[in-house]
Amino acid sequence: MKILVCISHVPDTTSKINFTDNDTKFDTNGVQYVINPYDEFSLTRAMWFKEKQGASVTVVNVGGATTEPTLRKALAIGADDAIRVNAEPTDGLMVAKELAEVVKNGGYDLVLAGKESADYNGQMVPGMLASLLDFNFVNGCVGVEVDGTNVTLSREIDGGEEKVSSTLPMVIAGQKGIVEEKDLRIPNMRGIMMARKKPLNVVEPTGATAATVTQNFEKPAPKGAVKLVDNVDDLINLLHNEAKVI
Amino acid sequence: MSVLVFADSSEGKFKKTAFEVVSYGKKVAEQLGSDLVVLTINGGDASELYAYGAEKVVEVKNDLTSFNAKAYASIIKQVAEAKGATTVIIDSSVDGLTVGPLVAVALEAGYASNAVALPSSTSPFVVKRKAFSNKGFNNTEISTEKKVVGVAKNSYGAHENAVSGAVESFDASLPELGVKSESISKATGKVTIADADIVVSAGRGLKGPENWGMVEELAEVLGAATACSKPVSDLGWRPHSEHVGQTGKPVASNLYIAIGISGAIQHLAGINASKVKVVINTDPEAPFFKAADYGIVGDAFEVVPQLVEKLKAFKQA
Repeated sequence: MKILVCISHVPDTTSKINFTDNDTKFDTNGVQYVINPYDEFSLTRAMWFKEKQGASVTVVNVGGATTEPTLRKALAIGADDAIRVNAEPTDGLMVAKELAEVVKNGGYDLVLAGKESADYNGQMVPGMLASLLDFNFVNGCVGVEVDGTNVTLSREIDGGEEKVSSTLPMVIAGQKGIVEEKDLRIPNMRGIMMARKKPLNVVEPTGATAATVTQNFEKPAPKGAVKLVDNVDDLINLLHNEAKVI
Repeated sequence: MSVLVFADSSEGKFKKTAFEVVSYGKKVAEQLGSDLVVLTINGGDASELYAYGAEKVVEVKNDLTSFNAKAYASIIKQVAEAKGATTVIIDSSVDGLTVGPLVAVALEAGYASNAVALPSSTSPFVVKRKAFSNKGFNNTEISTEKKVVGVAKNSYGAHENAVSGAVESFDASLPELGVKSESISKATGKVTIADADIVVSAGRGLKGPENWGMVEELAEVLGAATACSKPVSDLGWRPHSEHVGQTGKPVASNLYIAIGISGAIQHLAGINASKVKVVINTDPEAPFFKAADYGIVGDAFEVVPQLVEKLKAFKQA
């Protein structure tokens, strides 16, 4: 089984979100970047398939050279090799088209991703990629087993879970549950040393175009201070008469 | 030219988000000066949608017992093409978020998910979307002729706007499904976090799973869903399905009550789409007080039972 894991390079959740250039660009100043937490769950599941079922695991990112430390971290966690498509991501469709080319060229039969990225939260790329490739697609995956080309999965639905079956090739968008939080791996020194020697191949983009353009960003309106009350009668009164939510 | 809204349902009942996207689609159709067409797939009674402005409802009935991504994408495409729809509007239920990107590729349409407001302009077509876990918004222009808009849950709201509607059945062909549903497990008789107007959530401040009785009682009085912080689900005090926060379930309710939750950034990232937030915590320095609208500095073991008792009286009054 050849697995490709899509890795987004995203600001750490604790980052301050600011915009520059008249609010047209995300301000990267002082921002710490990490592997998208949702992708990390899927990458960890891929490592399980590598160790238990002999799968090969390639990680891929569409981005500039600044994303390479994030790919190296994925290699340190245990991926065999990495691909960076040398293009600034402009929208979900552009990224999905570039990834589709990587999947076709590499002959991958299982593509794993996180269900969303922690920056734009668009939940677009995995579904678009599946559609472009005409692969089977399961979103919000919280459990997956592969036997030959048969795949059994659990996916989250509103208010519960659904068990489904499918076949490779497929795209799976994972979230917490595909592995548990405790299964996530912190790269050890040996992994970090080995990652330096693993191949990180830079490929040039196909020139896929975006279908959307971000005109500008906005920050939420500043929030007023919390209203502290010292008894539940006042709270009920405020929720009823002021906030009108009960 | 028309605007097509997909009104999602589950087991023959419309989801709450279906009424929200019909309301949204009604306004977009007015902005564009075009007709509104609402599609249901094995959905509920079309008259429920008339109440929100759906004049034309297209019903697709088939043997599918539950959602299937490829099939739903194909049906939406077929109806969009038959009805000359250039704008397709989809909700942010789990199914809506799954099918949206597939529809966009099938129609060669630009896709903007997580829209929180009506288009600020229709030419160019610009829509405001939430991003960065609600710490920012981006105003996105869809530059293609066809457009798919995903509406963020509980952002626009459902607005009654009764019309006399008509229903038409549509015979859609099904593609190879690719993914087969085997079984569905759902908690019955409980308000789900996805559907709830009010969510009551508790954290490690409750000291142990044996103390959740009062949380459940509070949820019951309010008709709310129960939720918990990540440490609580990691400790196994509550099921993982109740974990809300960045890697857990997102919450976009009207009211979110946090009991004994300190308010780590990862927790807030998942719940800050909620409109009104209340915190009950003994520690006045807890970060949640900075994110909340209302707060009580106090011991949950005293405050919550009082709140239950007073709310019961309030509800009866």
